[in-house]
Amino acid sequence: MAKVAKSLNEIKSFPKQTRIALRNCGLIDPSNIDEYIARDGYFALGDILKNKSPKDVVNEIKESGLRGRGGGGFPTGLKWELTAKEKSDRKYIICNADEGDPGAFMDRSILEGDPHSVLEAMAIAGYAIGANQGYVYVRIEYPRAIKRLKAAIKQAREYELLGENIFGSGFSFNIDLRLGAGAFVCGEETALIASIEGERGMSRNKPPYPAQKGLWGYPTCINNVETLANVSAIFNMGAKEFAKIGTENSKGTKVFALAGNINNIGLIEVPMGTTLREIVYDIGDGIDGGKAFKAVQTGGPSGGVITEEHLDTPIDYESLKEIGSMMGSGGMIILDEDDDMVKISKFYLDFTQDESCGKCTPCRIGTKRLYETLEKLIDMNGTPEDLEMLEYLAKSVQKTSLCGLGQSAPNPVLSTLKYFRDEYEAYANRTKRTAYFIEEDVCIGCTKCAQVCPVDCIEGEVKKPHVIDPEECIACGACYDVCPVDAILKP
Amino acid sequence: MKSLEELKKIKDKTKKKTNTEKDTSLTRILVGMSTCGISAGAKPVFDEFNTLIKDKELKDISVTSVGCLGECSIEPMVEVYQNDKRYTYCEVNKEKAQKIFDEHIVNGNVVEDYLIGQYRK
Repeated sequence: MAKVAKSLNEIKSFPKQTRIALRNCGLIDPSNIDEYIARDGYFALGDILKNKSPKDVVNEIKESGLRGRGGGGFPTGLKWELTAKEKSDRKYIICNADEGDPGAFMDRSILEGDPHSVLEAMAIAGYAIGANQGYVYVRIEYPRAIKRLKAAIKQAREYELLGENIFGSGFSFNIDLRLGAGAFVCGEETALIASIEGERGMSRNKPPYPAQKGLWGYPTCINNVETLANVSAIFNMGAKEFAKIGTENSKGTKVFALAGNINNIGLIEVPMGTTLREIVYDIGDGIDGGKAFKAVQTGGPSGGVITEEHLDTPIDYESLKEIGSMMGSGGMIILDEDDDMVKISKFYLDFTQDESCGKCTPCRIGTKRLYETLEKLIDMNGTPEDLEMLEYLAKSVQKTSLCGLGQSAPNPVLSTLKYFRDEYEAYANRTKRTAYFIEEDVCIGCTKCAQVCPVDCIEGEVKKPHVIDPEECIACGACYDVCPVDAILKP
Repeated sequence: MKSLEELKKIKDKTKKKTNTEKDTSLTRILVGMSTCGISAGAKPVFDEFNTLIKDKELKDISVTSVGCLGECSIEPMVEVYQNDKRYTYCEVNKEKAQKIFDEHIVNGNVVEDYLIGQYRK
């Protein structure tokens, strides 16, 4: 018998990964602060408060090259510097834990597996920018993350790692939770702030940016969970060491949630610069059921698709943008040959038109019309003119919406239009087959298909070619699976 | 917390209890208990290990609930740390937990059938 991998670090995908943000996940008890401390937790905070100035801290983060992991990729050090520069007797640091992309669970895993790494980083950020109060904005749909965060905050207070005069340095810092109701738009900075203030979660014009005028009008720095989870690791390993990982403009690692039709569904953390091919085939072990790869959807409802031709693109913020997708927060959905790209677009537009806050017209009405047009196409009621309108409207919504939600909502449509225009055209020209089809000259008349068809829409005599009634076919694929001679074509 | 020394004391004390240093006689069982693990059925597995240890009155062994290890599709996952050795068991349920406990923990024979190598290349 071949040697069996005994542990996680012996399997093939392990050497491809570098765990920084997830360094403690799965290794420590998240409900016990001592275990976090045993893995060097709170040492970075202690060292900073004893030996470094706020300016040193900002400079070290700048030197590390850390950029926002929520998707935008704004340099974290610069964000801290901008907030630190503002003169105000009150400032805030907010951890954005409003993870809402369908199929994404990076932040949840960090909050549930290693909550202290986020709390420590918030205290460090607070010291750097001059804030004494932090809020974790987390959605109520993450009850376990909330429970563990609450317990972690309590323990940190008991150890006086949060509270007054931490490490005898004179620096005081507290963290409280603010629970969101699960609106997607509240992941947008200004809508998030409105939600914490007790207002309806709606975005507003920028500037002023939160760094100038944020929560209750005070300078506010908002960082994503994964961004913060990197912070104390950067101080422990040194900014220079951290900056050695990754590509020229994207340093460190990125956590991705691999989902969709892939063998190894799960959470991975890879150095920036890893190619999609390595992620899909080496770490993800390829497509389930031996089907052909079609595309990777990244960035959720704000992102786009990456096709076979770009599989060797090294992952970083710029290169993904260049090929029409985006880093996003880290959701990665693998699509195979059977996935219908028009329907995938419709799925995302259904999501965004529902989640639009309704404040600005392009997003409120534009996403709704985009969705309706896609629906019309899929129902075979569309025309080539609809396709033109779809593209024109998508670009208009992108250009004129108020916030990131609307500006990025058309991305799934535009990106699939770019790479899979033929699929849209098949719907628009009404040449798209909606039913399975039997090739007459291949069929041997074995009757297997007719026996399994759940709606009895296959007819034919024994040993003679069978025929599927396209009006009745529900495209379930049962016939396709049983055909011994591959005579059946997919819709 | 007033000083780094105080923090270091906690670190050293905890390391003895949790770490997998070679000279430790401690056996550590880690059960992945984030939302993913729990929804796959990790809670009964966690409880089973605790019950078995209590019943046998074993010492120098601990069961800890930890976060997500990343291999969501083969949860619940259980890791056993003994000295510098690490074993990862996948898709563990109550019955498999009993077998891992009887054969591996008590008798020292690793249960190859449930090891991660059977699930991942």
